[in-house]
Amino acid sequence: MSYRLGVDVGGTFTDLLVIDEATGRTFRDKVPSTPHDPSEAVVAGARKLTESAGIAPGSIELFLHGTTVATNAVLEGKFARVGLVVTEGYRHMLQIARSLVPGGLAAWIVWPKPEPMAPLEATIEAPERIGADGEIVRALDEAELRRRLETLRHEKVEAITVCLINSYVSDFHERRVAEICAEMFPDLPVSISADILPEMQEYERGLTTVANSAVRPTVSRYVANLERELTAWGTPAKLNLLRSDGGLMSAEKSRAAPVNLLMSGPAGGVAGAVWVAKSAGFPNVLTLDMGGTSTDVALIENYTPRLRRETSVGHLTVRASSLDVKTVGAGGGSIAYVPELTGALRVGPQSAGAVPGPAAYGKGGTEPTVTDANVVLGYLPENLLGGSFKLDRAAARAAVKKVADALGLGIEDAAAGIIAIVNENMFGALRLVSIAQGYDPRDFALMPFGGAGPLHGNAMSRLMGSWPVLVPPSPGVLCAYGDATTRLRVDAQRSFNKIVSATSDAEVAAVMDDIAARVGAELAAEGVSAADQTLKFEVDVRYAGQAFEVPLEVERQGFSIGALTARFDAEHKRLFTFNLGVPQELVNIRVVALGKAANVGAEEIARGDGNPAAAKMRDHEMWMDGKAQAGAIYDRAKLRSGDTIKGPAIVIEMDSTTLIHAGHVATVDTYGNILIRPEA
Amino acid sequence: MPTTIIETNTTPFGNPTIDPVTLDIVENALRNARVEMDATLVRTAMSPGIREQGDAFPLIADRAGKMIVGQFGSFIGGFLKSWDGSIEDGDMIFLSDPYSCEGAISHSNDWLVLLPVFRKGRLVAWTAMFGHQSDIGGKVAGSMPIDARSIFEEGVRIPPVKIYRKGEYNEDLIKLVMHQTRKPDWCAADLNALIASCRVAARRVDEMCERFGDDVYVAATQALLERNHRAMKSLIESSVGEAPVSFEDYICDDGVGYGPYKIKCAMWREGGRVILDFAGTDPQSQASINFYLNENMFKMFFGIYMIMVFDPQIMFNDGFYDLIDVRIPEGSLLKPVYPAALSGRTHALGRIFDILGGLLGQRAPEFLCAAGFSSSPHLMFSGTDERAGKANEWFQLFQIGFGGIPGRPFGDGADGHSLWPGFTNVPNEFLERYFPLRIEKYEALADSGGAGQYRGGNGIHMTYRFLSGGTVSIHDDRWFTYPWGVNGGDPGARARKILEKADGTQTIVANKLDRLTVEAGDQLHFITWGGGGWGDPLLRDPALVALEVRQRLVSVEGARRYGVVLDIEGKVDDVATTNLRAHIAATRPAAPLFNRGEEIEVLRANCLAETGLPAPQAPVWASRFAEAAE
Repeated sequence: MSYRLGVDVGGTFTDLLVIDEATGRTFRDKVPSTPHDPSEAVVAGARKLTESAGIAPGSIELFLHGTTVATNAVLEGKFARVGLVVTEGYRHMLQIARSLVPGGLAAWIVWPKPEPMAPLEATIEAPERIGADGEIVRALDEAELRRRLETLRHEKVEAITVCLINSYVSDFHERRVAEICAEMFPDLPVSISADILPEMQEYERGLTTVANSAVRPTVSRYVANLERELTAWGTPAKLNLLRSDGGLMSAEKSRAAPVNLLMSGPAGGVAGAVWVAKSAGFPNVLTLDMGGTSTDVALIENYTPRLRRETSVGHLTVRASSLDVKTVGAGGGSIAYVPELTGALRVGPQSAGAVPGPAAYGKGGTEPTVTDANVVLGYLPENLLGGSFKLDRAAARAAVKKVADALGLGIEDAAAGIIAIVNENMFGALRLVSIAQGYDPRDFALMPFGGAGPLHGNAMSRLMGSWPVLVPPSPGVLCAYGDATTRLRVDAQRSFNKIVSATSDAEVAAVMDDIAARVGAELAAEGVSAADQTLKFEVDVRYAGQAFEVPLEVERQGFSIGALTARFDAEHKRLFTFNLGVPQELVNIRVVALGKAANVGAEEIARGDGNPAAAKMRDHEMWMDGKAQAGAIYDRAKLRSGDTIKGPAIVIEMDSTTLIHAGHVATVDTYGNILIRPEA
Repeated sequence: MPTTIIETNTTPFGNPTIDPVTLDIVENALRNARVEMDATLVRTAMSPGIREQGDAFPLIADRAGKMIVGQFGSFIGGFLKSWDGSIEDGDMIFLSDPYSCEGAISHSNDWLVLLPVFRKGRLVAWTAMFGHQSDIGGKVAGSMPIDARSIFEEGVRIPPVKIYRKGEYNEDLIKLVMHQTRKPDWCAADLNALIASCRVAARRVDEMCERFGDDVYVAATQALLERNHRAMKSLIESSVGEAPVSFEDYICDDGVGYGPYKIKCAMWREGGRVILDFAGTDPQSQASINFYLNENMFKMFFGIYMIMVFDPQIMFNDGFYDLIDVRIPEGSLLKPVYPAALSGRTHALGRIFDILGGLLGQRAPEFLCAAGFSSSPHLMFSGTDERAGKANEWFQLFQIGFGGIPGRPFGDGADGHSLWPGFTNVPNEFLERYFPLRIEKYEALADSGGAGQYRGGNGIHMTYRFLSGGTVSIHDDRWFTYPWGVNGGDPGARARKILEKADGTQTIVANKLDRLTVEAGDQLHFITWGGGGWGDPLLRDPALVALEVRQRLVSVEGARRYGVVLDIEGKVDDVATTNLRAHIAATRPAAPLFNRGEEIEVLRANCLAETGLPAPQAPVWASRFAEAAE
């Protein structure tokens, strides 16, 4: 027997999922997160889950993990103080940046001037110079460099980045500078720009490497804690972390290149959503991952999430690939308040978090949250987490009353107002990934997940016109599903930069094979045998003289430049309406090696007769559309496929609660997904 | 004769009611289509000016030519008014002559493509984009000769012509145009990129019409214009007074020895309308610094500044144009008479924004920004590459530099950033890879930003080392007059250019020049102006001043301008600082609202000593222009 364990750490809860690799059978649980050291909840939760499922720790082979530690470090500004070494003459490289002031004409008047991520007072100029063709123009003056590096001691830096001009051509000086830094500061991690992003453009390369340094101590500490706890627990499981682009990477690589983890958490949700969408047969899906403190939204088209060449977290944008996920500071724990000055109702971005949490959790919270509003309206009726977690309705009402009094409204109307505002905030994010990208949301289903998503999904679809609402089973642990079902990914690329007439099919193929051998070996070192590997080949093509390339996937077998350029011309014409009579240039060659996909099919549930009576728990009154309405509560575990539920109704399960609005009907599909549509 | 629009379907558009959500979706989709235009252009263009720096401007207009989304407002109305041709489905217009479109584009380097969007025989929209071509022929590489006496010296000049006529491409026309430029490869790719961008936007408009219906789309564009009209109307009534205010500023020189040139603008409100009157602006120059200012474009500049200064939430489009009356005297620097040279208009174009800032902020100094929108420094470097293995290949660079952002009511100005929307610098590694150059220094110049409670942004000190001989042109300004400070802030430092030979000899060179011959190994120090400071420098936190000294954004000596004294370790000397601040406060004159450094005549007298360059002479002009400009 072998198992894989997927764990997703959210701001409020840590979700766990164990999959039996042979049968696809799953076991899941959810425990409160431990923000002071997230690894505590991870390992404690894993122990508890495996013990109750009767799984020996020794039989867990893979430990797959999405984490927000890097993300949170950036968002909260709690990252390492980075010392930066640049080429002489470039000390203000991060200060000048790309000289871009975002926004339109006159936007500079209101633009808040950013601070560089590596402080200027801890930026050192290395006396050296390498030319654009890689030759040494001025040799590195090591003695002088050592003298200047002394500054970093009293500037108390916690990590070092080296980014020298033209290091994408020759990293000779960069590596020597890094060696000297390592000698002088043996305790500090040193990141080299030629390792993190071997590409032209000094600012982007420098910033991405600085971001890597900035989160490195935090991530290293976290990974080390996890590995120690896992060893102590007695599992041989190999630790892999989910990258921002939806692939997995080893713990060791995560420690060296954590800049690839900045969007790890959200990527898990999207990966899980793809898995559900495939089994349910909905190729186009908008995802709404609503947790305790924030909500992530993304667009999946034809079962493929959109990928970006960048990762953005807060105001930071770096050159590392990521799934295109937008985050908004609105979640179940978001606090509602009425500022005295304007008398407007605001919700978030402040959150009650896991501690003290919403007033209804009875852990000392007194501020009204979105969860409290849901409790007041009767949308969160009994208890969360299948009974181990009671809700304090009186406390929720008392909290929401603060807002109601300030607005001069009844408690229910105030609660409905809180829900409307938080929905509007999420609507804005959903529009950014759909309408603002030229997609019509009516062509998409909406998949709400995360602890709070299914409570709000129906309302969001009413705003977006995206039907059906597709609520997957155990929506609270979908991220963990994503973590557990995605594949190991190793990729590498090489700058090729040759005009097609100056190269040959054989030369390109040889480069492909060379990179393939490297990434294949790297993946093999992660324990994926060659037979279980899938290789994908990509070539970036452009017309010579253009600045941007079109990436094209190619087959290694029978590769031909002629076929590639014909496809490029066709693609260029489709994208940009014209072709040029200029030779094509092959810019980069890239190979992606993927590990084996998990053998996890969705479990089918029993077939029913359409009548959900057996699952009905009781009648229940809730406040909806401005009045009290009679509805019912159902137990999701007892629903059968084909069952039909008329709103208003609530479906509860261990980790989530689904709300079906009045005038809407939910049906249950073969795999237990709940599909909500407007009543015909 | 105005343009004839040929529509094969004469059914008038309906006037359906638009719900606010549909309106928001249409606006968002149009805004996104505009972003897509930029992305298409940057991805397919070849000249560094466009592909790296973003010197191009898109717009989508309604069927009457009013801009719904874009940056500089629409020039289509002016074009339709003055062009006596006809437009039908499948046509596409190409032009570059400022005199053929009322200055919609202001020098011949900007190539403009206009695409009418037809659906079912009816015109529903226009998409348009113009971009700066790095070379269009003429007497100097880069096609912006400072000493040009007429537009005929400034390269190929394209009147409105049909690049496509009913869908048929006019290849001969393009061959003729491309034959005039030193860089036909860049021009061809960039023109294709402009066309592709317009087509992308047209496709988006077509999709929106398909989705919402043509009537709804057309009605939504009108509703968007009306929404903006309402917002601007109330903003104008609350923010512009009936008593005239006026402001004036200067272009330092014309590059042929004369200057400064005054630009003056007065503003007042008559009922619901704002009058902006440039009476008092100096006559046109005999050289190329003239700026043919399109009235509608200036309305848009004014509108955007109003919005940014007073209420950044409002979305801008052309809806408010009838609330504004712009008056520019014929024969002035801002409305030169054909065939005046126009290529060096960048300085006056930038200065217009300093004038707008000064004009709008006078009544509400808490909203006033300092000066800094002073120019758009250009460097041109061309020649045949002498390096081994380069086979004397022709190279040509056109690069836009940046100075300091002014001090603002909301805080410090950024160091070395762009005041132009969407512009970025060229990565130095890119320059070194594709041109015979090495960039030895690229840093914010300490103390060049004006001191103030909010510091003006520092200018950039960029040092080019030439690896091959060649020819250099420079266009910059604010080397003679200062970027002014406000509310007690000091002016920013002025621009300088220094040529350093391999043996270390340094020569100060002019900030507007052509045909500077350089040799391999020479270095050019290209130093731009800093932004003016905002507010009393003595109110700046001494700890922040000390930090900026450690960051080498301010020098130890420069810290004294803030009344801050540092000890030998770089820490604030509290006692000395208190004393110095008290001394400065007691001895300095009362701060003017605008601190311009010195009066023009004092600047003139000290020019050679302070800048190393002879003072420009007061301009003299042909009497017909002087009379016309009065």
